Amino acid sequence: MIRLTIDGRDIETEPDRTILEVAREHGIDIPTLCYHEALEPFGACRLCVVEVDAGRGGKLVAACAYPCAEGLKVRTDSQAVLQSRRVTVELLMASAAHVPVIRRLAEELGVGEPRFTMEADDCILCGLCVRACKEIVGVAAISVINRGMEKKVSPPFRIASNDCIECGTCVLICPTGAITLDDIRGGAETVHPWESAFEAVDCRTCGHHSLAPQFIDHTTLLAEVDDALSPIEEEALA
Amino acid sequence: MTYFEASDLAHVLEEQGKDASLMHVLEDVQRRYRYLPQEAMILVSERLGVPLSQVYSVATFYHAFSLLPRGLHTLQVCTGTACHVRGALQILDRLETQLGVEPGETTRDRLFTLETGNCLGACALGPVAVLDGEYEGQMTTKKVDRLLKRVMRESEDGHD
Amino acid sequence: MIELRDPQTLSDFRQRAKAESEAHQRHIRVCNSTGCRALGSQKVLARLQEALQAEGLADEIELVSTGCRGLCELGPLVTIDPERITYSRVSAADATAIVTDTVAQGKIVDSLVYVDPATGQAVTRDHDWPFYASQMRRVLALNGEIDPTRIEDYIARDGYMALSKVLSEMTPEQVIEDVKQSGLRGRGGAGFPTGVKWDLCRRAPGDVKYIICNADEGDPGAFMDRSLLESNPHSVVEGMIIGGHAMGATRGFVYIRNEYPLAVENLSIALGQAREYGLLGEDIIGSGFDFDVEIRVGSGAFVCGEETALMASIEGKIGEPRPRPPYPVESGLWGKPTSINNVKTWANVPLIVRNGHDWFASVGTEKSKGTMIFSLVGNIRNTGLVEVPMGISLRELVYDVGGGIPGDKAFKAAQIGGPSGGCIPAEHLDVAVDYESLTELGAIVGSGGLVVCDEDTCMVDLARYFLKFTQEESCGKCVPCRVGTRAMLDTLERICAGDGREGDIEYLIELGEEIKRSSLCGLGQTAPNPVLTTIRYFRDEYEAHIHDKTCPARYCKGLITYEIIPDLCPGCMVCARNCAFGAISGEKGEPHTIDPEACTRCGVCKSVCNFDAIAIR
Repeated sequence: MIRLTIDGRDIETEPDRTILEVAREHGIDIPTLCYHEALEPFGACRLCVVEVDAGRGGKLVAACAYPCAEGLKVRTDSQAVLQSRRVTVELLMASAAHVPVIRRLAEELGVGEPRFTMEADDCILCGLCVRACKEIVGVAAISVINRGMEKKVSPPFRIASNDCIECGTCVLICPTGAITLDDIRGGAETVHPWESAFEAVDCRTCGHHSLAPQFIDHTTLLAEVDDALSPIEEEALA
Repeated sequence: MTYFEASDLAHVLEEQGKDASLMHVLEDVQRRYRYLPQEAMILVSERLGVPLSQVYSVATFYHAFSLLPRGLHTLQVCTGTACHVRGALQILDRLETQLGVEPGETTRDRLFTLETGNCLGACALGPVAVLDGEYEGQMTTKKVDRLLKRVMRESEDGHD
Repeated sequence: MIELRDPQTLSDFRQRAKAESEAHQRHIRVCNSTGCRALGSQKVLARLQEALQAEGLADEIELVSTGCRGLCELGPLVTIDPERITYSRVSAADATAIVTDTVAQGKIVDSLVYVDPATGQAVTRDHDWPFYASQMRRVLALNGEIDPTRIEDYIARDGYMALSKVLSEMTPEQVIEDVKQSGLRGRGGAGFPTGVKWDLCRRAPGDVKYIICNADEGDPGAFMDRSLLESNPHSVVEGMIIGGHAMGATRGFVYIRNEYPLAVENLSIALGQAREYGLLGEDIIGSGFDFDVEIRVGSGAFVCGEETALMASIEGKIGEPRPRPPYPVESGLWGKPTSINNVKTWANVPLIVRNGHDWFASVGTEKSKGTMIFSLVGNIRNTGLVEVPMGISLRELVYDVGGGIPGDKAFKAAQIGGPSGGCIPAEHLDVAVDYESLTELGAIVGSGGLVVCDEDTCMVDLARYFLKFTQEESCGKCVPCRVGTRAMLDTLERICAGDGREGDIEYLIELGEEIKRSSLCGLGQTAPNPVLTTIRYFRDEYEAHIHDKTCPARYCKGLITYEIIPDLCPGCMVCARNCAFGAISGEKGEPHTIDPEACTRCGVCKSVCNFDAIAIR
């Protein structure tokens, strides 16, 4: 066990855990955008920055990735931390002021109208969709392309990805609603904004839910069941 | 311009061997074709076992790669600090005007691709322009005009 | 070619290589690196060879194609040893005279001798030129002396002697202690104590470890690493093998940017030769130690100079940095402990082992030991690469070593550390150039790029220039850098275009400081430095741009106009003919006028006017 202090409180924890995990366990709230407990820490949004002092002066680090260490002094609400968060949110508002989660953060932190604006965009480049598709689903159908201000999320060649299985994970994990799964005519579905289209197959049992055949193929593969289907899957595809 | 041949790529992959580095394979393709053809990227993805999205991501991230064919001649203007304080912008302006393209773009006749480079390592010669790997130092706008004239004349004669 | 299977064989080979080299009465050395090739050095070499043949001297005189001598301003340089007669700005046409006059008869070719601008005297020996006399060339000692494509040259000059000593007489712990005691700090910019980094890597658990040489030198205006790899690649290779042994690594990578083809070529040749001689690969010098080095070429991304982005690039991914900890020495390339060091850092290692850590630490300041290599560029007479002790004053660097400012213009500022660095104004010319002193002033030593700016430089534009660079090179992963630098750049561009507003300076400072504190990696953490330091020392220029809508240096296009002075204009029409925008009108023989609406401030007219009749207001 190691001991550290967070906001003046003495805390004991097992080693190799991040500041964010430990803080949240103790009811200390640290806002995040690009963090998800099922994914590797990314450290991109910089919203979760906290001030740490390891004995050589304070600096800001991303709580989602920084490991707790013996004797670490952490402040999650100092002036330096709040000021940094305000500027980060103000910069996010440059293009995403209309996005509910960003607006909420702005209100909480007391950020007014952004001093710099760009073209509106629903995507805040948190990378959750890309990372989930790669780390959890395992198909890596989308990725971030270009660099700097041109960076965006896209399937290869900007056309519908052959690897997408329309599992909807990206839709669920996106914090801003930039990705949607819509029905289009004829029982097909598509993932916006990448226009992949699938003929969905209805579940024969309940008739309400549908799956893309590629999804069934992929999960079958993952379950290492070769070509054999479970009874429910067999029914669904019949 | 060479057209993509799958056999060419097989050759590249064989040369590089089992431990082929994605970057080196793509650099080889870029060198041969002056860009990265879609089919090449798909093949590389399959052969190296790298997701296509990652290949595409890499192809669009690094400036050494282009998705559109580059011009027959590459004119690179150094915009490194040393050249900048010696008036590199003037040279770049002149080229933009004469060629009608911006850095990163290729002229419609596919003759020239204009690029900028951040320090090409010949700071004493600044401002520097590099035409197809040949360094032209102490550039002036007059020299720019002469250079372009020479290349276009050679093109007409040789008819690439 | 002979396999050097034990220290004695290596030692014997060294004696023979030395003797062979001394067998020639005289040597003619010609620098043939990228910079000089662009000035025609290949042709000079060819003509010299022809002339030597013609005079029947080809057997007794050895013609050596060397690497970079550092004084690019005066290249190509040709030196005749042992007299050390050095000719500058040599062209192919001069080659014959050099052989028939100087080599054959001992007559000096006066037109090719360097004249010291300060004294007006001709100085024949390059060691006596103020540029070289004021330096302490330790790491650069063999640049310009040896042929980088001949391993025998390197061995004859005691190359691989340090490696032999390490493998036969020292333990890894002793080597690391040596490096620690020397006080060597990372020469890539961060200045982290090298010995400490090596120690951490050695202690990290695991059997597989890697070392990397970071040769992604991306700072515009910096070319020290290129020069070292082109001119003395073995010094880096030897350093890496020693380091690999000390840390317990078996593979090393040299990551070179693709814009350095000659460096890649010469390093490739060096690695091939080292393998042939048994100095690389299995059972090095019969010690049982296996180690090899691979080259990985970059693909055009400045951010790949950042260590975690560099490793991602080697792994075939985009160059996006990741949070640290874990540091590379704990978990780096493919998750294994990895020590990443700069080219210059590696090159210092054989010297430390051979000469002792006391020798290394005998120069420099208390916390910044040893020598540092700078590239002096911009508005300076002696453009080139220099090696000086840490702690030298900026004044000495600019005036004594650099030869001062051409046209005797006033010194305005020195930008040190490239786009991550800051500028030092005239009032701080006496600052000691070392890690701590520069940091106090808001600048950094960086990898050694030093750009001298004279009175005609617009500091606001310079800040804009650097920020544009970092903005374009930002990987885009984290918000403060991706969006923040864009916001700062937008503001600067407005200011330079004449659209600056009240509050802009305060906004730049606030935003700049937050971006520094909050960014994920070194690129974002240092990108605001040029802006913040120029505001700190040249705030009046910013104010002039914003409030008075003028550019004091008369550079920013949006704030200047080009005017023809009627009294000086004879109406020759040269400018009008050269104007691509049809902005100049006037009859032949009558003073011309420039239409400010059509004028794009490209400056062509002024550069072609033979009467100095065009002024910038």
